[in-house]
Amino acid sequence: MIFKWFNAEQGSAVERFAKRDRLNPLELLPWILAIAAYYVFPSYLPLGSQILLTILFAISLDLALGYAGIITLGHAAFFGVGAYSAGLYALHVTGEPLSGLVVAAIAAGILGLLSGLVILRTTGLTLIMLTLAVLLIVQEFANRARPITGGADGLNGIAMLPIFGVFRFDLFGHTAYWYCLSVLFVMWIFGLLLVRSPFGRSLTGVRENITRMHSIGAPVRRRLVTIYTISAAMAGVAGALLAQTSQFVGLATLGFERSGEIVIMLVLGGIGRIYGAIVGVVIFMIAQDSFARANPAFWSFWVGLLLVLIVLFARGGALGIADNLVALLRGRKK
Amino acid sequence: MSALETQLLCKNFGALSVANKIDFRLEPGARHALIGPNGAGKTTFINLITGRLTPSSGIIKLAGEDVTALSQSGRVKRGLGRTFQINTLFRGLSVLENVFLTVCEREGIGNSILRRANARKDLLEESYALLESLHIGDDALNIVRELPYGKLRLVELAIALALKPKVLLLDEPAAGLPSSETAIVFDTVQQLPKDIAILIIEHDMDLVFRLANRITVLVQGTVLVEGTPDEIQHDARVREVYLGEGDHG
Ligand SMILES: Nc1ncnc2c1ncn2[C@@H]1O[C@H](COP(=O)(O)OP(=O)(O)OP(=O)(O)O)[C@@H](O)[C@H]1O
Ligand SMILES: [Mg+2]
Repeated sequence: MIFKWFNAEQGSAVERFAKRDRLNPLELLPWILAIAAYYVFPSYLPLGSQILLTILFAISLDLALGYAGIITLGHAAFFGVGAYSAGLYALHVTGEPLSGLVVAAIAAGILGLLSGLVILRTTGLTLIMLTLAVLLIVQEFANRARPITGGADGLNGIAMLPIFGVFRFDLFGHTAYWYCLSVLFVMWIFGLLLVRSPFGRSLTGVRENITRMHSIGAPVRRRLVTIYTISAAMAGVAGALLAQTSQFVGLATLGFERSGEIVIMLVLGGIGRIYGAIVGVVIFMIAQDSFARANPAFWSFWVGLLLVLIVLFARGGALGIADNLVALLRGRKK
Repeated sequence: MSALETQLLCKNFGALSVANKIDFRLEPGARHALIGPNGAGKTTFINLITGRLTPSSGIIKLAGEDVTALSQSGRVKRGLGRTFQINTLFRGLSVLENVFLTVCEREGIGNSILRRANARKDLLEESYALLESLHIGDDALNIVRELPYGKLRLVELAIALALKPKVLLLDEPAAGLPSSETAIVFDTVQQLPKDIAILIIEHDMDLVFRLANRITVLVQGTVLVEGTPDEIQHDARVREVYLGEGDHG
């Protein structure tokens, strides 16, 4: 029965194509699971919040890397700038969380815009190096600007006001979990609309063949800078969520490790499909939480091995493997 | 006024001059062939016109307007379309979407984020109709990467046509095609509206003489001669450098 449902493509080619990007009921599954997780694993809420905000970070990366093909290893720059902006805003202006998110989005977005204008003229290895360079510059700035950022000590003593003046952040992370989930949900809707819009489809065109995109009259560089800015702003929001829910911001938010790991998570899940971000992050972070503590060295080993296998044999990541299985089952049924 | 014009167009790759003071006019409605030996600079000439390459010197005009400083997209907006000698497609996307993306850009909705792209049924229908006219409607939902070379050539042409260009530059559109598909390409080109100006690069002299009402011969970046097919066929210099090796004439 379920295979019939998977097989639902019918009608003319145009009709089938037009239906493809309609919201599928299956797309609500992650949200149901996320809500269920709250009740099933009440003692894991802080980890849950971490996962949620990391998913947001991964989705932001997917917009740039997965959809537009902007290969970056420096995305933590925006995450970190968002975290620091939200932290500083809470310390010096107000602990109101939602305006803090907006401030973080703007700050990270501006950095995305300015750096994007410069580095998106390049491609390939040059581009990767430049994204790293931007990250290093921001890192060093945060490290040196001690009076502002606290240097290696980070920003401490961040106190948040209740959300909407009602929902207090509590010690057990109940509010934080719902907060992260709500913000992620809104951003997910936004991301979904974006990638299914003509603008979003054109990004896929840029990724697939930039030369052709130029020759059909698309303002390619403007599109790239735009999505890079949006992606940066979204990463900034993810960073802000971390600052607000953990009430601390350290240099690790700008770490190279965070930059690299988020790429790994996205690749594990499957790039260029939003849900890859969700799947990849959930698998990675739960596995990390369960195994890594016991034996950190072996954790890296397994991640490395898995990555090699995925990159060599399953470019689509976990979701790509799922696709192939569904296709296989469909084939059997026929 | 010419649909397309170049004045003293030059391009050097280091010491190599690939375009040498090319004065060229493409008249409205022309069926103009550009021929010349391998490495003559034909593709380079097209790349200069479209803005993919920047000329070392010289001027390019579209419908009388100087577009030399304009971006590629600016030139496309002014009615310039092209195909590539080497397939340049969105390989991971379906055939339909290859054309659909192009139609979206033509309609100027590529910046819009307000609605689903695929909700534009009208543009999808248009894209599909174009594919059918090229006999690849059945492949609409197939991924480009998985199609045989011959069909890719037709997708390449479909994309260029989807722009509804006023000036169409075809770089060996039938290169490497079996005769059945070559026929589709040439029938399609012949059936295009008469007001489109077409510049076609083609090595097959039979096709050139069947299609073109004007021919330019390019040798080592320099225009050797330009004229009607008849004049070209009987030109002694052309026979020497170009046709001499073939059995035409
Ligand atoms: N980017 C480049 N850098 C250096 N040399 C180039 C470049 N592009 C083309 N060339 C050289 O310029 C010359 C003209 O190339 P072009 O591709 O324009 O020739 P063509 O007339 O289209 O040939 P063909 O019939 O084989 O397609 C060739 O010698 C080629 O090697
Ligand atoms: Mg060529």
